[in-house]
Amino acid sequence: MIKLKTPITEEKIRSLKVGDVVSLSGVFITARDAAHKYMIDEWLDKEPRGEDAELRAILGPLLDGGVIYHCGPVVRQDEKGKWHFVAAGPTTSAREEPYQHRVIGQLGVRAVIGKGGMGEMTLDACVKHGAVYLHAVGGAASLIAQQVVEVEDVYKTEFGLPEAFWRIRVEDFQCVVTMDSHGESLHKKVLQDSRKRYEEIFGA
Amino acid sequence: MKTIPELSDWALELIRLASTRLPADIRESLAKGRASEVENSPAAATLGTILENIDLAEKLSTPICQDTGTPVFYVQHPWDFPAAQFKAAFTEAVKVATTKNYLRPNAVDSITGKNSGDNTGDHFPAVYFEQWDREDEVRVDLMLKGGGSENTGAQYALPHAGLGAGRDLDGVRKVILDAVVNAQGKGCGPAVLAVCIGGDRSSGYALAKKQILRPLGDKNPDPVLAALEDEITEKANSLGIGPMGFGGMTTVLGTKITSAHRVPASFFVSIIYMCWAARKQAMIIRGGEVSYD
Repeated sequence: MIKLKTPITEEKIRSLKVGDVVSLSGVFITARDAAHKYMIDEWLDKEPRGEDAELRAILGPLLDGGVIYHCGPVVRQDEKGKWHFVAAGPTTSAREEPYQHRVIGQLGVRAVIGKGGMGEMTLDACVKHGAVYLHAVGGAASLIAQQVVEVEDVYKTEFGLPEAFWRIRVEDFQCVVTMDSHGESLHKKVLQDSRKRYEEIFGA
Repeated sequence: MKTIPELSDWALELIRLASTRLPADIRESLAKGRASEVENSPAAATLGTILENIDLAEKLSTPICQDTGTPVFYVQHPWDFPAAQFKAAFTEAVKVATTKNYLRPNAVDSITGKNSGDNTGDHFPAVYFEQWDREDEVRVDLMLKGGGSENTGAQYALPHAGLGAGRDLDGVRKVILDAVVNAQGKGCGPAVLAVCIGGDRSSGYALAKKQILRPLGDKNPDPVLAALEDEITEKANSLGIGPMGFGGMTTVLGTKITSAHRVPASFFVSIIYMCWAARKQAMIIRGGEVSYD
């Protein structure tokens, strides 16, 4: 088990290989569909202004060398107004494929956690900029929520609670490297092998 | 049939059970899958995590998966039946379940993008009624269908030139397994595959989805479909996709197939992919008493 703490250096990321089991501690930012579209539209496609510039000033330093978690949690707010994660497994990452490479390249994100893997554009960005894709177990939501020790803040709740940016502190959050900065992807390999097996079955 | 004052409380318990407790047959099948995988392999570790999570969710009464999906209620009822009261009770129960964190607020307005915040909206939750011949008995089956797995569902029109799939059972085999290859780990396998051969575009998907309600171990009364179900499961598990697409032998827990007559021009095969967190729960109301299957 390789222990990593945020922010993560490029050197550390480059040392990781597909199949490595890592344990992360530090700060994650959750971002899924609405949040990725927002980062591209309001931060990267134009010079952010007003509230958008303020949010980038808050999240930018956390994303630089940081971790994005593809997750739309079930959350609970206590009497004091403090949020807690109740269930928080990963969501399907493939939907962020059109955006992820730019978020990695232009915001300096070092690790993306999700499920199901991502495509060529993201893999290229991992190679070019020094980043990895980490796989958590899809659906293991009650278990994963135990690793979230604190919800530090939440932004853009107008996207809906599952789609907001949640700033969380985690301890010993375990996942597996399935796409590395050397161009290896477990997802690519399993897809190729299973397609080959399919063709064998039907004698194509 | 009289109205039932406790109905929304009963429906709330139905939702809690569905969200936090996985059916025993699915859990057993996952445990069997873990035992069949190579010791210390990513597949075995993934199934171990899944089983640990299932037990924890039941113990803490928290959702098995954070994507509590679309709540789909299937109601079978006698001829004199207060359908509107049941629908209202489900809507109320879904709202309360959301405040209790059994459900994530999941209903998003498709035009404005706004989340309603309480899991209600146009055609949300989904409720389907069907009359049966029992006099004083209502059965409600609730399914929580997550979005990741729903996205990997597929509908094929045969013939399919790209796959060389013709209008016969061999063509049906080709498209079902193609859907499994395309899904990879995106739909959170190991999956339950639910299929309808025939029908039209809407009845095909609707009939396929209902197949998920069948217990894993049941036998299709149609011997041709029974054999096809076993064959698809076996072939899918030889693809090497494995739990969460990590590689391995446990790709599909079971296959459930039905068929419907079609018009001569159309031959649809509709495939619903159900994630390993196949959350479903039945509630039976008989003689004014409720029980949960």
